[in-house]
Amino acid sequence: MTDRLLDFAIRYGFLILLVGLIVYFSVAAPGFFGPLSAAFVLQSVAITGILALGVTCTLVVGGFDLSIGAVATSALMLSAYSMVILEHPTLVAVALCLGMGALVGLINGLLIVKFRVPDLLATLGMMFLLIGLQRIPTQGNSIATGMSLGDGQFAEGTFSAAFLWLGRHRFDLFIERLLPMPVVVFLGIAVLIWLFLGFTRHGRLMYAIGSNERAAGLVGTPVNRYKIAAYMISGVTASIGGILLAARLGRGDIASGNNLLLDSVAAALIGFAVLGAARPNAFGTAIGALFVGILLQGMTMMNAPYYTQDFVKGAVLVAALVFTFYLSSRRSGAGH
Amino acid sequence: MYFFAPTVTDTKGEETVAGDALNVIGLQKSFGKNHVIRGIDLYLRAGSVTVLMGANGAGKSTLVKIICGHHAADGGTMTLAGVPFAPSDAADAISQGVVTVHQSIDDGVIPDLDVANNLMLDRLVERGHGLFVREKRLREEAAKVAAAMGIEVNLRARVSDLSVADRQMIAIARAMARAPKVLILDEPTSSLSATEADRLFALIDRLRNQGVAILYISHRMSDIRRLADRIIVMRDGAISGSFETAPLDYEAAVTAMLGHRMTEVDVDVAPGTAPILQLRGLKLAPGATPIELEARDGEVVALVGLLGSGKSKLAEILFGISPPASGEMEIAGNPYSPRSVPDAITQGVFMSPKDRGTNAVIPDFDIADNMTLPFLRSLSAGSFLSARRQRARADSMVDQLGIVCQSVGDGIGTLSGGNQQKVMIARWLMQPARVLLLDEPFQGVDIGARRDIGRHIRATAQGRATLVFLAEIDEALEIADRIVVLHESEVVGEHRNQDIDLAALVSNISGAVAPLSGPAS
Repeated sequence: MTDRLLDFAIRYGFLILLVGLIVYFSVAAPGFFGPLSAAFVLQSVAITGILALGVTCTLVVGGFDLSIGAVATSALMLSAYSMVILEHPTLVAVALCLGMGALVGLINGLLIVKFRVPDLLATLGMMFLLIGLQRIPTQGNSIATGMSLGDGQFAEGTFSAAFLWLGRHRFDLFIERLLPMPVVVFLGIAVLIWLFLGFTRHGRLMYAIGSNERAAGLVGTPVNRYKIAAYMISGVTASIGGILLAARLGRGDIASGNNLLLDSVAAALIGFAVLGAARPNAFGTAIGALFVGILLQGMTMMNAPYYTQDFVKGAVLVAALVFTFYLSSRRSGAGH
Repeated sequence: MYFFAPTVTDTKGEETVAGDALNVIGLQKSFGKNHVIRGIDLYLRAGSVTVLMGANGAGKSTLVKIICGHHAADGGTMTLAGVPFAPSDAADAISQGVVTVHQSIDDGVIPDLDVANNLMLDRLVERGHGLFVREKRLREEAAKVAAAMGIEVNLRARVSDLSVADRQMIAIARAMARAPKVLILDEPTSSLSATEADRLFALIDRLRNQGVAILYISHRMSDIRRLADRIIVMRDGAISGSFETAPLDYEAAVTAMLGHRMTEVDVDVAPGTAPILQLRGLKLAPGATPIELEARDGEVVALVGLLGSGKSKLAEILFGISPPASGEMEIAGNPYSPRSVPDAITQGVFMSPKDRGTNAVIPDFDIADNMTLPFLRSLSAGSFLSARRQRARADSMVDQLGIVCQSVGDGIGTLSGGNQQKVMIARWLMQPARVLLLDEPFQGVDIGARRDIGRHIRATAQGRATLVFLAEIDEALEIADRIVVLHESEVVGEHRNQDIDLAALVSNISGAVAPLSGPAS
């Protein structure tokens, strides 16, 4: 009986907590329950969520990608540089960013697979490198139309309307102009990665690599290729996050995206606890991102000061990790 | 008090002074329904080497684990130098003077520290030790220990940079720093070369002269001939033979180890039809003797040899993990030189590797996912997996092999060792193979599951050549049509599995040229 209760708690505990949270805020904070508020929550977690889905793929193969935040801010600066200074059209700017993300993922993967650098260290190094690199072309300044280029010239390019549309357009749903474009992209990527990891043989083999790399290799899985692919997925999703951020801000703000890495890693790790998976999974990651978003939105509406936010995120993360690792170990212990 | 000083009594060559260091009477142990140790009586004399032999699953490792405090006995008593001995855990056993060096060497050393620190590590743990490490004194004492043990390595070298033998020596030296009364060595030569093993034997001789009671677990005949003062043989959880009058009767010991079990399974020997796999002048290592081997359709060939005989290397070459030094391979007349594991699999060569825990089992996956892993492509539409087809295939394999499980959706960890191994074998029977390689398929498998696996392999043998890599003779006798013996990367014997000359087989395996005789020392 207690076993079944524990099993139920592990499986549905987190989702029940999420529903409980929504009910509580709906009662306690007027205006919390409604499409506008929901759209706002989704908007606040969309970019973090996209990055988190990428890092989930690297977690699945038993790796970790610390460079996602830096890739996102690099994509932000690159898109601004491309459009404002080099005056490229939208399509070129977007392609440049996606290519940059894929390239960084490829380098990360090669460092880990070919040069045997431990994943955390390789991606930490890459993070450092990118943070430095994105400042060099602009001498450490943010990029905006009209900025001085040093030799008496001024940047004349602008963010095109099509590019800004990516970050600012809102689709009609129930209410006119409700659903922001980044949310649609987030949900689309979430579904894609969910299908990929959970229902294709590639996803299954990636989980096998994460669980026992040697054994996966000995059944003929091209382990190195899958690992590199995971880092490339992570790089590309991070650059998508960066593009959306640039399009929302409308300028190449050097200080943006500081929190992206921690927030998205937290979302992916909280995802371990969803449905008692005890392993990285796309559904959990999306729910993890939403959980944090809902909690912060509700607290903000109940006038909790902004500086408590990081503390709350940290507390949720630690609780989720205990939930995952402690309770799951008790469950498998009881199974014997 | 330090090092072996207290136990150095004058026992050199004097059997009369040496008493029983450890005495075990009526030891019993069960795991669930499995009665593993059925009343063991055993004594170890100070200043003497007792060799413990036994086939897989005879209960050797359980016995050792009880003596070194890892398991508690269900019944029976143990006395250590006349005092009752019932260790509560491994640390307790060590503090009472029973020290074990386990098979995996790296459990005994800290690879990232240098030799001196490794040798002195146990001193650093002592409560009386001050806060600061006195580097100079530590190195002086380490040098003393190294000299006493005959270890000749740079004390500043990192242990991870040393050879396996040196690491083994250091692990033993660390064990000796606790001045043990009883030293247990569990297959210590399993990863050593012949010259490395010689150094270990010299060390063991020295410890024997210092009056340590040594229990040496091995079935490597050359080791046993070199070291044994006594041989104890275990079979099915009981002592099946004890040999102590010189000259030791090694052949009788081997017979006691195998028992009459080999006659229980009658193999209906088939010669096979058309040749499938052919090895021509294949050298496992540069300078090795070339191997010529043929395996035919429908034939099950057992490649038997001790650890280090080259059988794992041969399996790796056949499965595309590493290239041969030279020579050619053919499958059904076509040249075969796999570049990688996926390449080997595409060409119809499948291998179930040894050590399933590290090499085969995906612990996070359920039975169906584990079983179908190599052939997911055939169970998917496009890239999408069909869970229904996966389950159906897994269910049918579960029936064929008699895998005991509630449902194929259960985690692989819920199965017993034998059933896990059946899943790992079933993995490679899902699609027809040209050449099926089974590396130690009976490792950690109970006898019932072993029979099931053997029967199924033989029943499905048509259409492929099957190569089984084994260390145990009795397992080979149960499954093979033909037994090929490897020794030091060379084929040294070939026997049709019918009215087999066991003595010849055993001497092939141990690499003996002359007939078995007394200890070499």
